[in-house]
Amino acid sequence: MNQPASLPLVASLLDAPLPASGVAWLDTVRRENRESFAAGGLPDTRVEAWKYTPLRALGQRQFASGDAAAGVRVVDPSTLALPGVDGPRLVFVNGVFRADLSALDRLPAGLTLQPLSQALEGDAQPLRFALSRHYREVGDAFARINAASAVDGVVLRVAAGTQLDVPVQLVFVGAAAEADLAWHARNVIELGEGAGLTLIEQHTANGELAHLATLVSDIEVREGARLRHVVLQGAAIGASLIRRSSLRLHARTRASLHVLELGGALVRHDIQAELTGDDARLDTRGVFMPHGRQHIDTQLAIRHQALNTVSSSNWRGVANDRARGVFRGAIVVAPGADGSDASLSNKNLLLSPGAEIDTKPELEIYADEVKAAHGATVGQLDERALFYLRSRGIALAQARALLTAAFCRAMLDDLPNEALREHLAALLIAHLPA
Amino acid sequence: MLKIENLHARVEGREILKGLSLSVSAGEVHAIMGPNGAGKSTLGNVLSGRDGYEVTAGTVTYNGIDLLSLAPEARAAAGVFLAFQYPVEIPGVNNTYFLRAALNAQRKVRGESELDSMQFLKLVREKLKVMQISDELLHRAVNAGFSGGEKKRNEIFQMAVLQPQLAILDETDSGLDIDALKQVAQGVNALRSPERSFLMITHYQRLLDYVVPDFVHVLADGRIVESGDKSLALKLEEHGYVGIGESYPAGATA
Repeated sequence: MNQPASLPLVASLLDAPLPASGVAWLDTVRRENRESFAAGGLPDTRVEAWKYTPLRALGQRQFASGDAAAGVRVVDPSTLALPGVDGPRLVFVNGVFRADLSALDRLPAGLTLQPLSQALEGDAQPLRFALSRHYREVGDAFARINAASAVDGVVLRVAAGTQLDVPVQLVFVGAAAEADLAWHARNVIELGEGAGLTLIEQHTANGELAHLATLVSDIEVREGARLRHVVLQGAAIGASLIRRSSLRLHARTRASLHVLELGGALVRHDIQAELTGDDARLDTRGVFMPHGRQHIDTQLAIRHQALNTVSSSNWRGVANDRARGVFRGAIVVAPGADGSDASLSNKNLLLSPGAEIDTKPELEIYADEVKAAHGATVGQLDERALFYLRSRGIALAQARALLTAAFCRAMLDDLPNEALREHLAALLIAHLPA
Repeated sequence: MLKIENLHARVEGREILKGLSLSVSAGEVHAIMGPNGAGKSTLGNVLSGRDGYEVTAGTVTYNGIDLLSLAPEARAAAGVFLAFQYPVEIPGVNNTYFLRAALNAQRKVRGESELDSMQFLKLVREKLKVMQISDELLHRAVNAGFSGGEKKRNEIFQMAVLQPQLAILDETDSGLDIDALKQVAQGVNALRSPERSFLMITHYQRLLDYVVPDFVHVLADGRIVESGDKSLALKLEEHGYVGIGESYPAGATA
């Protein structure tokens, strides 16, 4: 075993001073998580959840903590714009809130949207439950350091019964700096009973960089609420980006999650969804498309814990060059979650002999009258289809791009926002090898 | 326009074409008939450049150029079109998008200006009328979920849009009922012109009732063993392939 604290990464992250909040319970939570991170260090590949994502190289690196100049770094506002998305916006640069780039005036009634730093300065108490989590496993190392070190992030609440008709946009910009930086963001999101929200989460790059960022999002969807969450991950090609999204879906909720993973050198996204109320429904769709030497790992864990809950997950992976994709889809239908319906599909495409995708669907059922289906495939482009396109005059490279985009595109089909859907489809195509 | 000389080709190490020679001039319609396993589809695939077909001897000259040296997309741009025996389903690729990409790719290679979507739509509307295809097919993915007849009609429709100089129809009649066959034949006839040549590969004579060929060739054991006019097809219909080519000792080695 490692001497955890002796890993350069762990030492450098621990080097950062603990942020003092002046709120006793928060200081305690931060200290305890820091201590468990110091004691546990990083998981190695013997930890099942990290089997295909070795952290050896990352463990040898060091990062400066935070970005003192984040408030003045020049960011072209046009890089933040998304077609079909023109509503409230919260922007963070290297983890630091930027009021000048955000759009927080004219917030619709029923929407609370503010940076965590401000929320904590006001009344921290409502955040106590969300921020008091302890992470027990060594596999939770990054959630631990996030809980210990995050000084900012998003606090978003939609009041019960409020249907927002404009999407809310959260943008996390990695900006080039004088050193490799580590920054941490903590997001607390809650939809009240019967509320409706479309949330666009965007990760973008401003210049070449090799920062480490961790994001932890806790999303509570109260009874009868409806959430549409779209994630567009276009981080810098050198960035390490470790995210965890935890969703709790209460009774009769509808939640959809669309994820497009394009950027980053080392990318990990843990999605942990609990369907805790009867008749809750979760649809997840995603595409991960690593190329070059990118490593993109998605860990999807869905727990059905109540009657007649439904989850449908459909993910596509495309790996090119010497890139690696990892997908684990673990569905548990817990005792008592009778009448549940769980489906999971992950299809993958390898565009070059050096590329690799590891996929692992898992299904555990402990309830009765459950419908469940899962499947995963890894393959190559259909040679017959390639020849068909070429025989009509379409050059090989374009034919490959066309087929690859088609393979992924269905994942975007049920996005309600057409302008955004077309934009994401165009990004997919632009991301394909020429 | 097309001159095939002594063509030998192998598939998976097995020799299928064994010295095929054929000459097609502009505006002519040639039917290639023959029993199963004679090499009919191999001929179409070799001419259109499919992988896995190894040419071991012979030449194919098309408008003075060495056709075999070109990639499939370059052959298409040069005006060669293959109507597939089994058109491929491509879910997720819109039929209209695909066809416009194909046409513009060809035009670009030929140094012609690309069509914008309005110009393309106008062209497509004209061709749809000729083929009696409902424009609903345009909005679907390429061949995805099409019936057998729809797939074959879609092939001819693509041909109408792409306007090739040499069209190779690989058993386009197979699997069609008589109404679909008539529609396909009507589409082909509408495209006949003094500049355009057809190579119709077929197992049965019945297509030739509707598309009357200028020449009929019998392909057996990898080479042309008999050539004639349309009456040869009728003879085949009556007597079958048994006995054909027996007067050609070289063709009887199999």
